[in-house]
Amino acid sequence: MSLEYLILLKAELQICLLIFFLLLLKITRTIPNEKLLPLIQLLLLANFVGGFFYNQSGDLFDGMFVSNTLIHLQKHILNLAVYFISLLFSGWFRRCLHLTEFFVLMLSALLGMYFLLSSGNLLIFYLSLELATIPIAAMANFELTRKRSAEAAMKLISSAAFSSGILLFGISLIYGTTGSIRFPEIPLLLDGSALQVMAFVFLVTAFAFKLSIVPFHLWTADVYEGSPAAVTAFLSVVSKGVIAFAFLTILYKVFQPFNGIWYPILLLLSILTIVAGNLFALRQQNMKRFLAFSSIAQVGFILVAMMGKSPESITAITYFVLIYVFSNLAAFGVMEIVAQHTGNENRNALKGLYKTNPLLSWVLALAMFSLAGIPPTAGFFGKLFLITAGASTASYGFIIFVALNLVVSLYYYLLVVKNIFMDDAIEPLEKIPIFGSAKLGLVLCAAGILLVGIFSWIYDYIAAQV
Amino acid sequence: MNVSLFLWVPLATALLLLLIRNIHLVRVVALIGSVIQAFLCIFLYFMYLKERARIGDAFMYFEQQFNWFPSLGISYHVGVDGISIAMMLLTSFVVIAGVLMSWRVEKMTREFFFLLILLSLGAYGFFLSLDLFLLFFFLEVAVIPKYLLIGIWGSGNRKYSANKLALMLMMGSALILVGILGLYFLSGKPGFDITQLKATDVPEKVQQVCFPLLFIGFGVFTALFPFHTWVPDGHSSAPTAGSMFLAGISMKLGGYGCLRVACFLLPAGAKAFAEPIIILSTIAIIYGAFATMMQKDLKYLNAYSSISHCGFVLLGLGMLTQTAYTGAVLQMVSHGLMTALFFAVIGMIYERTHTRTISEMGGLLKVMPMASVLLIIVGMCSLGLPGLSGFVAEMTIFTGAWQNNTILPRVATVLACMSIVVTAVYILRAVGSVVMGPLKEKYQSLTDMVWYEKWAAFVLLLGILIMGVAPGWLVALIKPATQLIMQKIQQP
Repeated sequence: MSLEYLILLKAELQICLLIFFLLLLKITRTIPNEKLLPLIQLLLLANFVGGFFYNQSGDLFDGMFVSNTLIHLQKHILNLAVYFISLLFSGWFRRCLHLTEFFVLMLSALLGMYFLLSSGNLLIFYLSLELATIPIAAMANFELTRKRSAEAAMKLISSAAFSSGILLFGISLIYGTTGSIRFPEIPLLLDGSALQVMAFVFLVTAFAFKLSIVPFHLWTADVYEGSPAAVTAFLSVVSKGVIAFAFLTILYKVFQPFNGIWYPILLLLSILTIVAGNLFALRQQNMKRFLAFSSIAQVGFILVAMMGKSPESITAITYFVLIYVFSNLAAFGVMEIVAQHTGNENRNALKGLYKTNPLLSWVLALAMFSLAGIPPTAGFFGKLFLITAGASTASYGFIIFVALNLVVSLYYYLLVVKNIFMDDAIEPLEKIPIFGSAKLGLVLCAAGILLVGIFSWIYDYIAAQV
Repeated sequence: MNVSLFLWVPLATALLLLLIRNIHLVRVVALIGSVIQAFLCIFLYFMYLKERARIGDAFMYFEQQFNWFPSLGISYHVGVDGISIAMMLLTSFVVIAGVLMSWRVEKMTREFFFLLILLSLGAYGFFLSLDLFLLFFFLEVAVIPKYLLIGIWGSGNRKYSANKLALMLMMGSALILVGILGLYFLSGKPGFDITQLKATDVPEKVQQVCFPLLFIGFGVFTALFPFHTWVPDGHSSAPTAGSMFLAGISMKLGGYGCLRVACFLLPAGAKAFAEPIIILSTIAIIYGAFATMMQKDLKYLNAYSSISHCGFVLLGLGMLTQTAYTGAVLQMVSHGLMTALFFAVIGMIYERTHTRTISEMGGLLKVMPMASVLLIIVGMCSLGLPGLSGFVAEMTIFTGAWQNNTILPRVATVLACMSIVVTAVYILRAVGSVVMGPLKEKYQSLTDMVWYEKWAAFVLLLGILIMGVAPGWLVALIKPATQLIMQKIQQP
C-alpha cells in the first residue's frame, strides 16, 4: 500500500526532493553560481529522464489524486521545458543573486502544476492552482533593482488573486448545487440550472484570465515585458501549457454535459483572441511584448482545437504544447542573449544579426517559422493538427477565418526574419558570446523544431496515451 | 525505380552545402547535385517507358507508401505518372540553369545555393506526392526559400516584394488547407490519399464548396486573375536565379495543383465552375498581354507576359477537353523553359549594362551577339513561332479549346488567340529596341556570354528546341495521364 503511494506520487516526490536538496545546499554551504548552475541543470535533466521510469496509473486519497498515461506525458513535457529554461538562460542565471531561491520557487510552481494536472476534485484543483501561480509572482519580481520587475509581479499577483476569487466563487456554486466536488461525480449531477451555468461561466472566466484569452488578457503584455526573460519564458510556455491541459480536463470531463453551452463561448473567445492577439502583435517593437501578443494569438488557435470535442483535440493540444516548448523557448532564448549583450529588447536590435551571429539567427528564424506554422518546422504540424481537430465540428466560415489569420500572423513573424537577414545594422553587431549550456539549449530547441514534426511517431505516441 | 531518390539527392546536396566552407566547392557541389538529379529524371523517363510497356496503363507508376500519421490517415505516398515526369524534367533543367546562372553570386554564396536547392526539393516533392497532406507540406516548404532569396539577394524594392509574395502565397495555401480539410471531413474521412480519394464519391455539394477554395488557392500560385499581383513584384525584385525558379518552377506548382487536386478529385466542381475559370483566365491572358505592352523594364515585361502565358494553362483547364488538358501541361513545360531562359538572358544583360530599362539599351547585337540572338529566339518562342516550344503548347490548347463547342469557350478561345498579336507587338518592340539600333557609347566595351552563361542557356535552349521540333514524345508521355483525368471528369 505505502509503495503504491510512493509510485503514484513519484513525479511529485522527485520535485520535492529537488526542492529540499536545494534548500539544504543553500543553508549549509555557499556555492558560486558557476558551479551551482551546472548542478541544477544536471538535476533537472535527471528529473526529466527519471520521469520516464516506473510510472503507474491509478488514483489516491479517494480519487483526489489521479494519475494516468496522458498526465505522465504532460508532466514529461513540463520537465523538458524547465530543463530547457535552465539551459537557455544561463547568462542571466549566472549573474542572478539568489539562484537557489529562484529554482526553489520555480520548482514549487512546477509542483503545483503537477498536482493541478493530477487533481481529481475541485478542492485540490484550486489549491494546486494557487501553488502554481504565487511562486511565479515572486519570480517575476526577481530583478530586484528594476522597478518594472516589481510592477510586473504586482500586476501578476493582483490579476491572479482576482481570477482565483472568481474561480472559488464558481466552485462554491457548483458545490452548492450539486453537493459534490469530485470530478467523476459532477457531470452526473449537473442539471443545467441557471446557477450551474453561472458557476461554469465563472470557471471559464478564471481560466480565461490565466490563459490570457481576450478580453481577459490585459495583464499579459505588461507582465511579460517587466519580468526577467526566464520568468516570461516559464510563464508563457510552462504555465500556459498547464492551464491549457487543465482547461481541457474541466471542459471535457467535468462540464461534459454542458458542451452545448461551451461551444459558442469558445467560438466567440477564440475569434476575439486570435484577432486581438494578431492585431496587437503587428505593432509591437519590444520583443517581449511581441511574443506576449503572439502567444495570445497562439492560445486562440488552441481554443479552436478545444472546440473539436474529441480525443484528437486532446492529442493535438498536447502535441502543440510540446512543439510550442521548443519554438517559444528558442525565441525567448535568442532574444535574451541578444538583449543581454546590447541592452536593447526591441526588435530593431536584431537588425543585421545574421552577418555576425549565424547560429542565433538561424535558431530565431526557425523559431519564427515554427510559430508561424511554415514547414518543414514542427509548428506547421502543430498548427495543422489543431485546425484539423477543430475542423471536425466547426463551420467553413470559421475555418477559413482561422486559416486566413495564419497569414496575418505570418506577417509579423516575417518582420523579425526580415530584421535578421535583410536589414543592415544601425551599428554593426560584434559576435555575441554564448555560454556553452545556452548554446546546447539553442541547438536542442532547433533540433526539436526541425525533427518533432517529421518524426510522426511522436504524434502517434501522444495519441496512444490519450 | 525508387522515386524517393528524387528527394534524397537534393536533400543530401543541400546538407552537404551547409558543411562546405570553400565557396568554389559550394558551386561545384550544387552543380553536380543538380546534374545528377537531371540525369535521374531522364533515367526515370526511360524507366517509365519500360514499366509502361510491361504493366500497361496504370494511374501511377513506381508507387511507394509508408504510414506517416496513421491516426489521421496521412501517409508518405509518392509515385509518378506522365504529367509529373514532364514537370520533373522541366524542374531539373531549370535548376541546372539556375545554379549555373548564379555562379558569380558573391554575397552569402553558401546560403544562396542552399536555398536554391531547398526550393527545388519542395518542387520535386510536390510533383511526386500522392497524399494531399504531403503535397501541401512540400508546397509550403518552398515558401521560406522564396522569401529569403528575394529579400536577401534581390534588387529594387526587395523587402516589400518578398513580403508580398510570401503573404499572398500563404493566403493561397490557407485556402488550399481549408479545401483539403473540407474534402477530408465532408466526404466521410477517407484519408488524404489521392488514390483513395479518386475512388471516393465526393458529394456534389461538397465539391461545389471545396473546388473554388482549392482552385483559387492553387490559382494564386499560378497568377490567376485577380490574385496575380505578387508576380510582377516578386519576379522583378528576385535575383536572376530566383526569377528563373519562380517563373519556371514555382508558378507551375499552382497549375499542377489545379489539375491534379482541384479538377481531378472534384470533377463536378470543375464542371460547375468551368465558366468562371474561362472568364478569369481570358481576362488574365488579355490583361497580361496589354499590361506587358506598357512595361519599360525588361523583368517586368517578362513577369507580365508570364501572367498572360499562365492564363493559357488555366484556360486549358477550364475547357474540360482532353486535348486542352494536354495542352495545359505542355504550356506549363514550355513556359517554364522559355521564361527561365528569358530571365537568364535579362540577367546577363543586366549584369553588364546595369540597367533593365528597355529605352536605355540598344544595339547590343554588336557587342553581345550570342546573348542578343538568344533574346531574339526566346522572344520568338514567347510569341509562338513554329519550331519552338511555345507554338506547340499554345496550338494544342487552342485546338482543344475549340472542341468545346458552346458559346463562351468559343469566344474565349478567339479572344485568347488574338492576344498572340499583342504578344507579337510587345515582344518585337522590346527585343528590337534592345538588340537593334545604334549602340550607346558606354556599352562599347561590353563582353559576350561567359562559359557558365553559355551552358545555362544551352540547357534551356535544348529543351525549347527539342520540344518545338519533336514534341511527339512529350505528348505521348502526357496523354495517357490526361486521358485518365478526363475519364474521371466525364463520368456522369
